[in-house]
Amino acid sequence: MDGLRADVADYRTLAAAWGRAAMSYRASFVMLSLGGLVITALDFVAIAVLLSRATTLGGFGLREIALLYGASGLGIAVADLAVGQVERLGRHIRSGRLDTMLVRPTSLLVQVCTEEFSPRRISRVVQAAVVFGWGCGAVAWTPERVLLAGQMLVSATLLFGALFVGLACLQFWTTDGQQVANAFTYGGNTVTQYPLVIFPREVVLALTFAVPLAFVSWYPSLRLLDRPDPLGLPAALAWCSPVAVVLAVLATVLVWRAGVRRYTSTGS
Amino acid sequence: MVAAGFRRSSTYRAATLAGIFTNTVFGFILCGVFAAVWAARPDAGGYDATQAITYVWIGQGLLAVVEMFGGGSPDDLAERIRSGAVASDLARPASVLGWYLCLDLGRACFQLLTRAGVPLVIGALVFGLTTPTVTGALLVAVAVPVAVVVSFALRLLPALTAFWLLDTTGPRLLGGVLTIFFSGLTVPLVLLPDGLREVTLLLPWAALLQTPADLWLGRVSGVEAVALLGVAIGWAVVLLGACRLVLAAGERRVVVQGG
Amino acid sequence: MPTPPVIVTRGLTRVFRRTEGDLRAVDDVDLEVTPGEFLGLLGLNGAGKSTAVKLLTGVLVPTAGSARVCGLEPAAQRRRLARRIGVVFGQRSALWWDLPLADSFTLVHRLYRTTPAHHRARLDELVDLLDLGPQLRQPVRSLSLGQRMRGELVAAMLHDPEVLFLDEPTIGLDVVSRARLRDVLRDLNARRATTIVLTTHDLPDVEALCRRVVVLDHGRLAHDGTLEGLHRLGRSTRILSVDLTEARPALTFPGLPGVHVVEVTDRVQRISLPLEQPAAPVIAAVVAQAGLRDLALQDPTLEGVMHALHGAGSTPAGSTPDRD
Repeated sequence: MDGLRADVADYRTLAAAWGRAAMSYRASFVMLSLGGLVITALDFVAIAVLLSRATTLGGFGLREIALLYGASGLGIAVADLAVGQVERLGRHIRSGRLDTMLVRPTSLLVQVCTEEFSPRRISRVVQAAVVFGWGCGAVAWTPERVLLAGQMLVSATLLFGALFVGLACLQFWTTDGQQVANAFTYGGNTVTQYPLVIFPREVVLALTFAVPLAFVSWYPSLRLLDRPDPLGLPAALAWCSPVAVVLAVLATVLVWRAGVRRYTSTGS
Repeated sequence: MVAAGFRRSSTYRAATLAGIFTNTVFGFILCGVFAAVWAARPDAGGYDATQAITYVWIGQGLLAVVEMFGGGSPDDLAERIRSGAVASDLARPASVLGWYLCLDLGRACFQLLTRAGVPLVIGALVFGLTTPTVTGALLVAVAVPVAVVVSFALRLLPALTAFWLLDTTGPRLLGGVLTIFFSGLTVPLVLLPDGLREVTLLLPWAALLQTPADLWLGRVSGVEAVALLGVAIGWAVVLLGACRLVLAAGERRVVVQGG
Repeated sequence: MPTPPVIVTRGLTRVFRRTEGDLRAVDDVDLEVTPGEFLGLLGLNGAGKSTAVKLLTGVLVPTAGSARVCGLEPAAQRRRLARRIGVVFGQRSALWWDLPLADSFTLVHRLYRTTPAHHRARLDELVDLLDLGPQLRQPVRSLSLGQRMRGELVAAMLHDPEVLFLDEPTIGLDVVSRARLRDVLRDLNARRATTIVLTTHDLPDVEALCRRVVVLDHGRLAHDGTLEGLHRLGRSTRILSVDLTEARPALTFPGLPGVHVVEVTDRVQRISLPLEQPAAPVIAAVVAQAGLRDLALQDPTLEGVMHALHGAGSTPAGSTPDRD
């Protein structure tokens, strides 16, 4: 536990330093933030356009889809903000910077995730929050549902975070793993923006038991929107996100450790 | 020069494979979404379901060919402007514009074969796509190179701001945002509400995806098709001219400032 | 009671599996370094110096053998060891590129959890010693190589490490910066009794700083002792090249033992001098025998020493390396 508190403190120290550096380029920061905001906003506009023609997707209206979209979006945006820099792992290995990180008394993962920390990604968080907020209008809120929604958002963040780190570990083994990794993370985000019922059953099962992204938005939202599971899966899945999170984080930790072991066993 | 661009792209083998993978994954995802949309509204935008699916694969295919997310030879030029190396380029007798255009065309050819060809084949095998008529195919054969030229010009203009700005990230980001939406990648422009749809179809970005797609899918034919193609060609000419002017202005600046 | 060594390696080996065949980057190296020593780790490119440093700092795991630094196993106890050592990699920066230099130092203070008082005192002392006052506000990327290397040194020393590892820190530096860096290192070793391990392929670096020299040759320990011992082993000499006014047979030096001509090419004669032999009498002898137009004096190079080691006095596999 002490180690974890130390790691969190180191994370804040490093992220704050990089954040200050990024903010010092004020114009660039504002421009890139706004750009990010516009891109992600257009993303939801596209869905709105699709729904203006179809009125429902898999039986879900635009406001309900906003809930799904917002939850998934918040998850990936916060995760990207917190650990997104891990995708540069390959670059650090090639430049030798990873070696300079290894000789510091600081957690390697913390150093990699804070290197060139980019606070402008907050714009994506804002956009997702706005859409989610609007989507909340589709829910008849009870205290239980508020709790469920909170659990959904936290799980979404942790699941995407685990996915970011776990997939970035590919770069310990190959130099070109990152594009493929992006297909999974951003692809995963795109899929979970929609009601999973529109996809083939195999996809839903894969996203439940293989890569548990269905817990990011789908299962909890079914419960929030008081809808039965179209595939007939148990309603309790709505509360199973923590299980998925624990398993995902565990798997990621193992993969990361294996990756570091590989690096120190083969050099660069 | 075109061959040089082609060759250079072919060396990025791993990136190309990864790109094909990404395009295919997103192709499948979008097909799922479009299938649901067209199931609820079978004639949305004037497409039927098969045409909609085909649109997805054309979109994923052209994504790299017209570098929707930016890239290609204009980035090289921006870098050379920033480092000052462009001075030697400007001194050469060959046209700078022509040089970089040919490089980009070469790259586009390679990506047409790989990042467009492979996903399209996969999409055809899994889903069954609309095939164009003979006239349609001919029109598409013209529309795609035009699309590359228009996209080249659209990418070059932000890159040329390097003559005046320290950092071209802003203009390039803006260009990317506009391209992604107004080309029809995020959502087919034909789905937009009346009024807005007509306007966007006349913008240069439509030439990048929407127009070639419509020619392939046969949503427009005859005079209307030729007109759409004409608009695209018109934009190619206008934008290349604009690039010429901006490049000349930049050239003057280099001469005056000494690089 | 002798002080325990701060670095101990036994049969330290690191093999890299390559498609062309295994590369034994570090091969069965036994080494002991006592606290306060200034050790020069010498070797040609590819000799295994950087690999050795990585093995000692926990960046690489040994394939065989063992290493202990400050009583800890480098790879297994990486973070604990990191608190007690400082590392400067010549080719890669440990500083934070976009931030002002002072911010890098503050980050080091926080990450190493030194007390504010200690940090302030050491910072003032080191910035003064390395003359970096004016550079503190500048972003690291705008510093010259010499300034940056001095900054890296400060960052590595701020937390008062017991051992300082420097991996080829003088590469790319101009003569003045190099001399300055050497002065600083000498000072650090003398005043603070920090153990310093310096890897380099530059003999003058070692000449100026190290009493003890360890030479690696294709991963193996070729020599562990003094620099004089190394030169003796390598039968190093200085070469005086004289450009005469006219071609003539080899000059002779009857009064100067060990001085003889090794090569005659047209008007140029190359004369070998033992290291202890001052050049002046030799030049006088040359002038007495022939007309002199120009001359050049060449110090022994590491390449020359290694070449000689490979010749007569080399270390065939399995034999004990020269130690004095």
